[in-house]
Amino acid sequence: MTSGLLFALVGAALFALGVAGVVLIDHLLRRILAFNLMGSGAFLVLVGLAQRNGVPDPVPQAMVLTGIVVAVAATALALALTRKLHALTGRLELPEDADD
Amino acid sequence: MKRFAVIASALLFVGSLAAAMLELAPAAIDLRGPVAAHLAASGVSHPVTAVLLNYRGYDTLLEIAVLLLALLAILAVVGEPGAARPAPAHPVLQTLARLATPLMIVVAVYLLWAGAFRPGGAFQAGAVLAAAGVLLHLAGLLPGWQTPRLRLRLGLAGGFALFLAVAGGLLAQGTLLQYPPALAGGLILLIESGLTLSLALTLAGLFLFLSRDEVAP
Repeated sequence: MTSGLLFALVGAALFALGVAGVVLIDHLLRRILAFNLMGSGAFLVLVGLAQRNGVPDPVPQAMVLTGIVVAVAATALALALTRKLHALTGRLELPEDADD
Repeated sequence: MKRFAVIASALLFVGSLAAAMLELAPAAIDLRGPVAAHLAASGVSHPVTAVLLNYRGYDTLLEIAVLLLALLAILAVVGEPGAARPAPAHPVLQTLARLATPLMIVVAVYLLWAGAFRPGGAFQAGAVLAAAGVLLHLAGLLPGWQTPRLRLRLGLAGGFALFLAVAGGLLAQGTLLQYPPALAGGLILLIESGLTLSLALTLAGLFLFLSRDEVAP
């Protein structure tokens, strides 16, 4: 097993942790953290799989760099929406669905 | 029950994905060769920068547009500007922040310049500059930003506008963002300089616009 493959396996585990967090956690800040964990897992899979035979590939690395910046933008937007929700309702959880 | 089902399916997902990765055949398409073969014509000697700003320049163009869009959405969401200056921090932290900021600016310029031939580039440089802004804000030296006026708006949109202008100017050749090899190095440096400034302002703005309606305790 090369270190690249190990990165990819850890990335898959991080992604699944993040998905479970997004589904299970009600607190919005922690849900945003879980969402970021999902993103980091996906980036690790991309970079790790591309260099599993030992030689790094610049194309996925550049795509991940792009992805990191977009993830930062998405996180900031999510935080702004959370702040607005907190200012309007004083809560940090989304209201429950009626049929849930 | 829901918790158990979610955890079980997540574990199943990891297991099957790991099994697939361990069995995965070598990639059918290998782009390392083409990237290395055309590096001389790309204007820079570091492959990641060449991919970011030459081979796949339109990705970077759209990425800076996404950042700008996120900032506009945040400006639309956050409320009326209120008391913006945070409580002044401990004097030691303030002095350290004052000392660190010039160093961070130097590091950002170095990262921008180094991007041509080693890991670095506009995004890293912009992130360091934005971190300097956030540090000054947290130390109580820089107030949160109010609704941007013309100069700040020009700074925020300038990198994207410059990139778009270069792309439009080169469209006369027939292909979007195909630099002539003789000019490629200069054009990439020009775009990266504009991107650094705009990215720094945008990333700092993501923080400083959000904290502007913070009411001082």
